[in-house]
Amino acid sequence: MLNYNFNWSVIWRNWDKFLDALLLGLGMAVLSLLAGCVIGLAVAYARTSGPKWLQWLAWAYVEIIRNTPLLLLVFMCYFVLPEFGIRFLDKIESFVLTLSLYAGAYMAEVFRAGLASIPRQYVEAAKAIGMRPWQRQRWVVLPVMFRITLPAISNNLISLFKDTSLAAAIAVPELTFTARQVNANTFRVMEAWLTASALYLLASYAIALALRALERRYASIR
Amino acid sequence: MALERGTFLYEIWVARWSLLSGLGITVSSAALTIVIATLLGMILGIGLTYGWRPLRWLIRLYVDVLRGIPVLVLILFAYYGLAMFKINVPPFWAGVIALAAFSTAHIAETIRGGIQSLPQGQTEAAKAIGLQFHQRLAYVIIPLATRRVLPPWMNTCAEIVKNTTLLSIIGVVEFLLSNQQAIARNYLVLQFYLLAAVVYLLINFTISQLGAMLERRYAHFRY
Repeated sequence: MLNYNFNWSVIWRNWDKFLDALLLGLGMAVLSLLAGCVIGLAVAYARTSGPKWLQWLAWAYVEIIRNTPLLLLVFMCYFVLPEFGIRFLDKIESFVLTLSLYAGAYMAEVFRAGLASIPRQYVEAAKAIGMRPWQRQRWVVLPVMFRITLPAISNNLISLFKDTSLAAAIAVPELTFTARQVNANTFRVMEAWLTASALYLLASYAIALALRALERRYASIR
Repeated sequence: MALERGTFLYEIWVARWSLLSGLGITVSSAALTIVIATLLGMILGIGLTYGWRPLRWLIRLYVDVLRGIPVLVLILFAYYGLAMFKINVPPFWAGVIALAAFSTAHIAETIRGGIQSLPQGQTEAAKAIGLQFHQRLAYVIIPLATRRVLPPWMNTCAEIVKNTTLLSIIGVVEFLLSNQQAIARNYLVLQFYLLAAVVYLLINFTISQLGAMLERRYAHFRY
C-alpha cells in the first residue's frame, strides 16, 4: 500500500513560490490583526460605554460575524461588493478586508473581557490624582488592558494566520493555493501537502514563540 | 403572490431540492464530525491527562500538530492524499475524516483543560473512599468535568458547522455550494449569499446561545 516514491526536487524547484506564499499569508494575517485591533477596540468601547442603540449595533456586529462561516464572508466580500459598485478591491485587498472584519469581531470580545477585568481601583486612583476621562483611558486603562489581553491577541494572530488559507478559495497565491497548484501541476501530492503543512506548522510555532517572549516581557505586572 | 421568473422567491422554489439537500449534507457532515470528534476527543483527552508518559507525548504531538495546520489544508490533504494510497474515499468522507481529525485535537485539549481545572481534592476524596481509577473517572471526574467542558464544547460544535463550508472546496455540494450553484444559474449574488448567511447564522446562533446558557447555569456551581 505504501509504495509511494518521494521526489522532493519538485518542492525545491518551487521553493521561491512557497516562501513568497508564506510571507503573503503572514502579511495578510498581521495586517488583519492590526485592523482588527482598531475595529475591536472601537466595538468594545461601543459595547461597554456607548448609548443603547450603539451597544446593540456592536453586539449584532460581533454575533453576526462570529456565527457566519469565514468562507461565506470571503465570498460575500469578493462577489457581492462589486454588485454595489465597489470594484476597486483586488482579491488580496478584498480578503484582507474580510479577515479584518472577522478579526474585529473576535478582538472586540477579547477587549471587552479585558476592559471588564481592569480593577475598579485603578480608574478610581486615576480620578483621585485628577486625570481627565481621556487621560484615564490613555494612561491607565489601555496599557493595563493590552497587557492582560496580550496572550489572547497572540492566539488570535495564530488563528488569523491559519485562516489566510481560505484566501486560496478566491485564488490568492498564498500557501494553500500554491500547494494545490504544485499538486495539480506535478502530481507530487504528498510532497506538496507535507511542505505546506510543515510551513504552516513552523510559522505558527515561530509566531507563538516570539509572542510568548513578548508576553514574558510585558505581561509581568499584577 | 406572483412568482415570476427571475424573482428571488421563484429562484428559491426552482432550487429548493438542491438547497435542501445541501442543508442536509451540511447538517449530516457536521453531526458526523461532532460525534466522531467527541468520542475520540474524550479518549485522547483522558489519555492526555492520565496516560502513561510516552502515550501522553504521542497524543500531545498529535494535538499540537493538528492544531497548527489550517483545516482547509487538512481537508485538501485528505482529499488528494488518501487517493494516492488507492483508498477510494468520496469527497464527503475525506472531508469528514479531516474535519474530525482536526476537531478531535481541539476537543481533546478542551477535555484535558476541563479535567485539570478540577480541584485535586475531588480525586483525593474519591481515592480515600476506595474508588478504583475507572470508578473515579465514571462517578467523580467525568460528571464534574462535564460542567466545565460543555460550554467550550458547544463552541467547538459551532466552529465545526462553520468549517463544513470548506467541504465545498473539494466539491461536496453542501449548503454553501448549493447556493453558489443557484447563483451560477440566476446571478442573484446578493440574495443567495444572504440566504446562506442567514441560515448559518440561525444554526450557529442557536448553538452559541445554548452554550452561553449552559455556561451561565454552571457558573455558580461549586466543587
